[in-house]
Amino acid sequence: MSRETVLHSIRRAISERGVRGRFELPARPPAPTYGEGRLERFTERLVTHACSWEAIDTLEQLPDRVMAWLEGKGLPPRFAVAPPLMALPWPEIAERHCDRAGIDESVAVSLAFGGIAESGSLAMYSGPQSPITHNYVPEFHLVALFADDIRDSQEGIWEKVRATGAMPRALNLIAGPSRTGDVEQTIQLGAHGPRQVHVMVVHAKPSTS
Amino acid sequence: MKALPGTFDSRAAVALADPSLQKALKNFKPLFVAKRAAAVAELDGFEQLRETAAAIKDAVLSELDVWLERYAAKVESLGGHVHFASDAAEAREIIREICRKADAKTICKGKSMVSEEIGLNEVLEDDGYKVVETDLGEYIIQLAKEPPSHIIAPAIHKTREQVADLFEQNHPGRPREDSVAGLVNEARHALRERFFQSDVGITGGNFLIAETGTSIIVTNEGNGDLTQTLSRAHVVTSGIERVIPTLDDLSVFLRLLARSATGQDTECYTTLSSGPKRPGDPDGPEEYHVVLVDNGRSKMLAGRFSQMLRCIRCGACMNHCPVYGAVGGHAYGWVYPGPMGSILTPLFNGLAENYDLPNACTLNGRCQSVCPVKIPLTDLIRTMRNEQIKAGLMPASQRRMMAAWGWVARQPGLYRAFEKLGSKMLRLRAGRSGSLSSLPGAGAWTRVRDLPAPSGPTFIDQWKAKGGQS
Repeated sequence: MSRETVLHSIRRAISERGVRGRFELPARPPAPTYGEGRLERFTERLVTHACSWEAIDTLEQLPDRVMAWLEGKGLPPRFAVAPPLMALPWPEIAERHCDRAGIDESVAVSLAFGGIAESGSLAMYSGPQSPITHNYVPEFHLVALFADDIRDSQEGIWEKVRATGAMPRALNLIAGPSRTGDVEQTIQLGAHGPRQVHVMVVHAKPSTS
Repeated sequence: MKALPGTFDSRAAVALADPSLQKALKNFKPLFVAKRAAAVAELDGFEQLRETAAAIKDAVLSELDVWLERYAAKVESLGGHVHFASDAAEAREIIREICRKADAKTICKGKSMVSEEIGLNEVLEDDGYKVVETDLGEYIIQLAKEPPSHIIAPAIHKTREQVADLFEQNHPGRPREDSVAGLVNEARHALRERFFQSDVGITGGNFLIAETGTSIIVTNEGNGDLTQTLSRAHVVTSGIERVIPTLDDLSVFLRLLARSATGQDTECYTTLSSGPKRPGDPDGPEEYHVVLVDNGRSKMLAGRFSQMLRCIRCGACMNHCPVYGAVGGHAYGWVYPGPMGSILTPLFNGLAENYDLPNACTLNGRCQSVCPVKIPLTDLIRTMRNEQIKAGLMPASQRRMMAAWGWVARQPGLYRAFEKLGSKMLRLRAGRSGSLSSLPGAGAWTRVRDLPAPSGPTFIDQWKAKGGQS
């Protein structure tokens, strides 16, 4: 009922102004491109947004690097992990699970769908392989990202999404740790989401992934 | 939200005399303006993006019904529900019904200007729900029981000490925090449990994508994401004008939004949500509702103010407005402050009831020059004044004064004589200082600044002396 009422009011307004079909959708300006400098641009923007990052050669190196990072921060080896990373060669002391993040979750280790060089954003594609709560609940978010999955711009990520055949329920673009400027416009990290985001750029993509 | 009592004049007088507010405003203004300028300068083609964004909006608005139907069909194909609300009361009723059906107890909210516009919190609280604003700024003003004073920085009028006082009163058992870091941390702890208790999560929708049936929220804190991910039902509240065709159009707007709003190249979190939790998903809401609110927008679409529907609620207009910078947001009396509010509030709530708002503008044009979607704000404000005059709303004293001035202005000889006389009298009164610290009838002006006296011959005299033709 209300749907028809609202749509009817809109149609009447458009007809009163006589604008239907008078304006065409414009061509959009080209998205930025970085060529060979794509990775450099991406990591430079990561740092601008207060992320840390490191390069690793293969995904198999991830467990060692994660454990070293946690140790460096004085954090216990306990974390939520994205299902595709669960079977990596983790040491026995690594307590891990792939369920949704709980209220006391301190650390999550995720696998990004892609990266955006233009803004240094990570693109996270929600679904059984990538719980969304891992992106927002923990204080520390460690994210593995294949260098091959970095695109120049958002438009590159949209293309990559379209290639999967469907929009995920949630596509999260993340540029750095959570922050707020709501108290006297002073930027403070760790408002509600992660206080730190550490990205591990993986250079060699396994042929099966 | 109910309109605040008083007129712009009376509320502005209170604001000017409030030292805490003046301190807060002094801090905020240079920060936003300088950050935007730097962010814009870093990007090639910002002007072209503004042109494109305005053109996308105009094209969509000229076939808004088509795009909304396309959007709604897509959302519904994903298992979501789309509700259309003609006015605020209907929107509130739809959301109350969703909360009733969800058997909700706790409702978390991400920042949503539409929910402020429709006065949602009051009715939900009256129904007995625990309603929790989760954006830090909104949380602060919820505790203070005040309306937002800025659309993206709602607690901009609050100093750190005032926030510390509020938290001390509302978080019993916790030691007082005085640092910014301590206060942010305290809010994080206070709200964390609420996110996990939330039955219904209500957010705004910065954009709606017809191609994919997607709603977008853009935040820095992550509160909107926790709200919509952890609640059993997610409700998106959005104006009907927020729909755009494709993901590629979204990129145009996202490049403009963060730079214009906060001077960032991108906000921290941009989240695209399409429908409810799917089979196999470990998390996400079981229900997904979009409430599309008309509330006067279709009327706006028909009239002389349709360009106002391009607005993406970035706040750049108020950040650059000298009047907003002097009096803050509460002086504007309702949800939308600054230049955008001077147009929207009279359109939503009545020309007569908000006579002061368009007339409080200096028409300096800074708002228009920074608007990311090129809304001709000063032209619209001028049009609004014309509408008010046509409706006979201008006070009789002003009308008589304008009529007298108009008559004199049409008699060039008389006008020049008055001009010379006035100029001479001001010069005499100013004496050697060249400025006046008081002037009958202009006390409000001279209370805070001196009025420079005319320093020499009039423009016309100078024009003639230099051989120009009169």
